[in-house]
Amino acid sequence: MNFKQKYVFLFPGLFVLIGILIFPIIFVVRLSLSGWNSYNGLNFIGLENYIRLFTDDPRFWQSFFRLSFLSVTTVVLQYVIGFALAHMVWKDIKFQRFFRVLFLIPMMTTPVIMTVIWRTFFHESLGPVNDILSNFGMSPKWLTDPTLAKITVIIVEVWQWTPFMFLLLLAGLLSLPKEPFLAAAIDGASPIRKFIYVTFPLMAPISIGAIIIRLIEASKIMDTVYVLTSGGPGTSTETSSFYIFIKGLREFQMGYAASMSFTYLIIMIISLTFIAKGLTKLLLKD
Amino acid sequence: MKIIKTCLSAVISSVLIFSPMAYADKWSDQFPHIKATGDIPGDCSYEEISKKNYKGKTLKINTHAVPVIGQPTALHAEQFAKLTGATVDVTHTPAGDLYAKAMVPFKAGQAPYDIVFGFSNFINDWRQYLAPVPKKYMNSTEMKDVTKSHVGVSSWDGTMYQYPVDGDRHYLKYRKDVIDNPEMQKKYKADTGKELKVPTTWKEYGEMAKYFNGWDWDGDGEKEYGSAEVMKKDDLMFAAFFSRSVAYAKNPRTPGGFFFDLETMKPNINNPGFVEALTDWVEATKYVPPGGINFGLGDEIGSFGGGQTLFSFSWDDAFIAAMQDDSPIKNKVGAAPLPGSDKVWNRVSGKWENKYNQAPYIVWGWAVGVAKKSKVQEMAFDYLCFFSNGANHQADLAIGNFGVNPFKNSDFDPNLYIDTMGWDPEIANSYTKTLKDMEKSKNRVFPLRVRGVFEFTSAVATGTSKALAGQLSPQEALDEVAKEWEAIVSRVGKKNVQEDYAVGVKMEDNKL
Repeated sequence: MNFKQKYVFLFPGLFVLIGILIFPIIFVVRLSLSGWNSYNGLNFIGLENYIRLFTDDPRFWQSFFRLSFLSVTTVVLQYVIGFALAHMVWKDIKFQRFFRVLFLIPMMTTPVIMTVIWRTFFHESLGPVNDILSNFGMSPKWLTDPTLAKITVIIVEVWQWTPFMFLLLLAGLLSLPKEPFLAAAIDGASPIRKFIYVTFPLMAPISIGAIIIRLIEASKIMDTVYVLTSGGPGTSTETSSFYIFIKGLREFQMGYAASMSFTYLIIMIISLTFIAKGLTKLLLKD
Repeated sequence: MKIIKTCLSAVISSVLIFSPMAYADKWSDQFPHIKATGDIPGDCSYEEISKKNYKGKTLKINTHAVPVIGQPTALHAEQFAKLTGATVDVTHTPAGDLYAKAMVPFKAGQAPYDIVFGFSNFINDWRQYLAPVPKKYMNSTEMKDVTKSHVGVSSWDGTMYQYPVDGDRHYLKYRKDVIDNPEMQKKYKADTGKELKVPTTWKEYGEMAKYFNGWDWDGDGEKEYGSAEVMKKDDLMFAAFFSRSVAYAKNPRTPGGFFFDLETMKPNINNPGFVEALTDWVEATKYVPPGGINFGLGDEIGSFGGGQTLFSFSWDDAFIAAMQDDSPIKNKVGAAPLPGSDKVWNRVSGKWENKYNQAPYIVWGWAVGVAKKSKVQEMAFDYLCFFSNGANHQADLAIGNFGVNPFKNSDFDPNLYIDTMGWDPEIANSYTKTLKDMEKSKNRVFPLRVRGVFEFTSAVATGTSKALAGQLSPQEALDEVAKEWEAIVSRVGKKNVQEDYAVGVKMEDNKL
């Protein structure tokens, strides 16, 4: 096979890559240098959008820090609960298969539909949650109190995506070698010591992968916020992706939204690289 | 005798064949939606549309989510398909996304939808992508019944781009069985020292709403609340805020702009009139039902229409829902003009004027247009003409959550509501009088219709929702909105916004 033939075989894959990955990114960069909105076309305005973003838009940065809080909190909770559930059904327990399937169900449901159901549950005057709590003299403002609304978003996200963490961690647990556990048992290690000194370190590589995958997904949180709170009350649950959506697809400031998207992409690449390195250092000491 | 009998049967037969009653039997059997009236003759009646053949053609419509306007769109699409053989695809989109859903393909030079629904204030951004309504439809029987103001609302520079299907105003809705109840009046007087009556100021509205909040005042075993309002950020709440602002900020003695000073294009949105209205609105969060600050239009309709609150304002729909046959409060509600205020801000002198002020807010309503690039324009206009034909329109008017409200001259006849919908004559009269008086008022406010309108209204929604959530004080929130408005004006171009806004100001100042 000569040099040219190699490129002929490479071309279909390259074409798809350019079409679905490279072109959209280049287009977003070009769009971000324009003032494209409902009254302007794809004109060139240089770095004006970026200057506006860095000097005159605190709402973007507030939404970014809110997103960081929400994604870190949800992923940590998902990891802890997911690990606990995986550990539980890893062992021989009754109805093991039933529980394995049961714990996966939330992930198999459609997020938007489930969020509508959660919104109905948490509806403050018509929802069943407050109906039950009112018997104990409580009626929390699940969706209209700025702090509680964040907690509600976290609850829904954790419910929906813990099964994903559970699935990855269970697969990891099932693939662990048996010898270290046998050795620990011979040494008379208690279950807690066995978990701390054997299971957890062996699971570290898988844990890092699972956490990073979920952090990437959680940082794009949009549907839950859109359906549950619309970013409210006020802007208290507005995340970066929802804010970009408002600017781009609600207000039709496409050029500005593109500059925010690109900036957000760069920040995410950098921060996730650091997080991955940090986790590797922390969990894979040896 | 035989001759008389023959003549009589001939007359009866001809009446049955040629009168609308005959069509009523024929069409209302197939389409129960129009059972109250049957088909009503006109250029786009069931009879006329059934003569069209659109077999093999597809009509694509983007409309609002179900139920408000989305449900009648889908229903009339189904009827239209049945009558003409056309295939009609209806896409439902949340209110906040209607603008962009049409604008993205418009900007890209495409027309994935033949018909696009939106709000009438989008006209300035959309009109370059919409086909003007052809003369044939302008001269139709249905169009001739549309009020002059709604023909104007659907047009720009004398050309109609939006097909009239709805006409909206904001007004006050109240529980007549409570406000007019002598026992309640006595109790209210004893407890507060004040008269219980239809509120004429927002302060009175607030006092009464607060008093009637959180207890079972209608004896149905459930708690009732003061007021149901559209407070959800992305669900037209900016319009609810303007309704509360007009009393304090629309001064008939200072023409030249409600939203901006037309000369300087400096925003008025953070002047003390608007701040007072927002302060009232923040106070209102204490007398709405639990979760009320997350109420969208659909929630407001369900809440007031279901008998949960004493008051509501904004669009007709909540009132119509309350007057539906299946409503627990049918014939127990009243309509009145929006409350006013005992003072009004004078933006020229920079002082409050201690004079009673009331200003109607003509919100207009749902608007719909046909894409200029649509390949089935005739079918699209036929559909819209059919949508608002006499029979469909009267049937739609009677359903609260359909979102179709009066915009035809014939809609202001109280007998329409008494005869076909079973309304109490006193309520029907007060309803039509309230609407008619708004048309006559000389102190009206019309929505902003300028380029980039969604940016302006979105800024108001964000700012006011921050105040409602307690994130900012009313003054801080509106200062933030004013700053954002200034930035938008500078981006769009001061002259452009000024040119567009001048049209609205002329209407407000009664010069058009």
